[in-house]
Amino acid sequence: MNINLTLIGQAIAFAIFVWFCVKYVWPPITAAMEARQKKIADGLSAADRASLDLELAQEKASKELQQAKEEAAALIDQANKRAAQIVEASKDDARKEGDKLIEQARAEIQQERIQARDALRKEVATLAIAGAEKILETSVDAKAHSEMLDKLAAEL
Amino acid sequence: MAADTPVEYIQHHLTNLTYGKLPEGYERADGTVLQEATWTMAHTGQEASDMGFMAFHVDTLGWSIFMGILFLGLFRMVAKKATTGVPGGLQNVVEMTFEFIQGIIRDGFHGRNPVIAPLALTIFVWIFLMNSLKLIPVDFIPQIAHFLGLEYFKIVPTTDPNGTFGISIGVFLLIIFYSIKVKGAGGFAKELSFTPFNHWALVPFNLVLEILGLLTKPLSLALRLFGNMYAGEVVFILIAILPFWVQWTLNVPWAIFHILVITLQAFIFTTLSVVYLSQAHEDH
Repeated sequence: MNINLTLIGQAIAFAIFVWFCVKYVWPPITAAMEARQKKIADGLSAADRASLDLELAQEKASKELQQAKEEAAALIDQANKRAAQIVEASKDDARKEGDKLIEQARAEIQQERIQARDALRKEVATLAIAGAEKILETSVDAKAHSEMLDKLAAEL
Repeated sequence: MAADTPVEYIQHHLTNLTYGKLPEGYERADGTVLQEATWTMAHTGQEASDMGFMAFHVDTLGWSIFMGILFLGLFRMVAKKATTGVPGGLQNVVEMTFEFIQGIIRDGFHGRNPVIAPLALTIFVWIFLMNSLKLIPVDFIPQIAHFLGLEYFKIVPTTDPNGTFGISIGVFLLIIFYSIKVKGAGGFAKELSFTPFNHWALVPFNLVLEILGLLTKPLSLALRLFGNMYAGEVVFILIAILPFWVQWTLNVPWAIFHILVITLQAFIFTTLSVVYLSQAHEDH
């Protein structure tokens, strides 16, 4: 319990320890702690930002989805209309074509009938002349009697 | 051991291993008379006290320096490997200590000084480690020292007033240094002269009051720590006198209680040092 030089020795040791602590212990550890604090704060704010971004992205995505749906619906509508138009047009065409074909067939039939009638008429005329010659027993001058013959043929 | 009666046992345990200077013509315990002043180890408590101021307590100095180096070595090791990522176990402990000290500084220190925080850390951890030596049973290390031929051995540096005064004087010098640095020599003198009563006629009275107040700071710091530790140590020694089979009923609760005292005293010393230094930084 005597006060002696130990006191001064202790004070010197204390001073050296404090100096060492100030110089070599305190700064690196507080620096590490502060750096970690900053890292954590940055991480947290990044997470906040990310969740905000996510929200925005979701909103945008749903908006785009909506738009795409609308576009698709419009396209389908258009396609349906177009299809109906095409069907209508092709029906029209087919009808026209059919009418034309029928017309053509009719015309052909008519022509053939006329031809047949003409041929028949000529035949009848010839037959009539031949019959007349037989009756008259003279040749009939076709040229002389052509007027009568034509009249006859027209009457048939 | 040189302890036959309980009183001798207690005195023996409260005597430091002292290396000091004995005067010329001194008659030593073994009867020899010194021809000239000699630096030597004290063989008895009487010799140790006769050495007066020119003596060292080898055990106090040795253990306190050992504890200081343990503290700085451990913390320096952590500082070198300090990672900003996930800290490991030891770094966690160190960082908790740092945050504890930073809390004390935030609450108690209102100036700006990069030295105060590491100073508080040193005071806290060093005193804590020195105090914790107390939890080693009182006879273990002295007995080992006895086998090594050392008559006296007291391992807890804070049960030696030299140990506690050494630290508090360090703090006191810092108080004076920062008072003068912050307020200037004139400002410091003015503060001592004109508080608490701001009148020229009361300057002498103020001076006496303020200087007393100033000197009380290191005194109270050192005596509080010393008193608590010393009293605790005496109780441990008294318990050690009892028959060995009842000792545990007393020294276990006392040791558990001392876990609190050890931390608390280290904390009080640190906090008060910080507060005193904060006052030194305040410019009125």
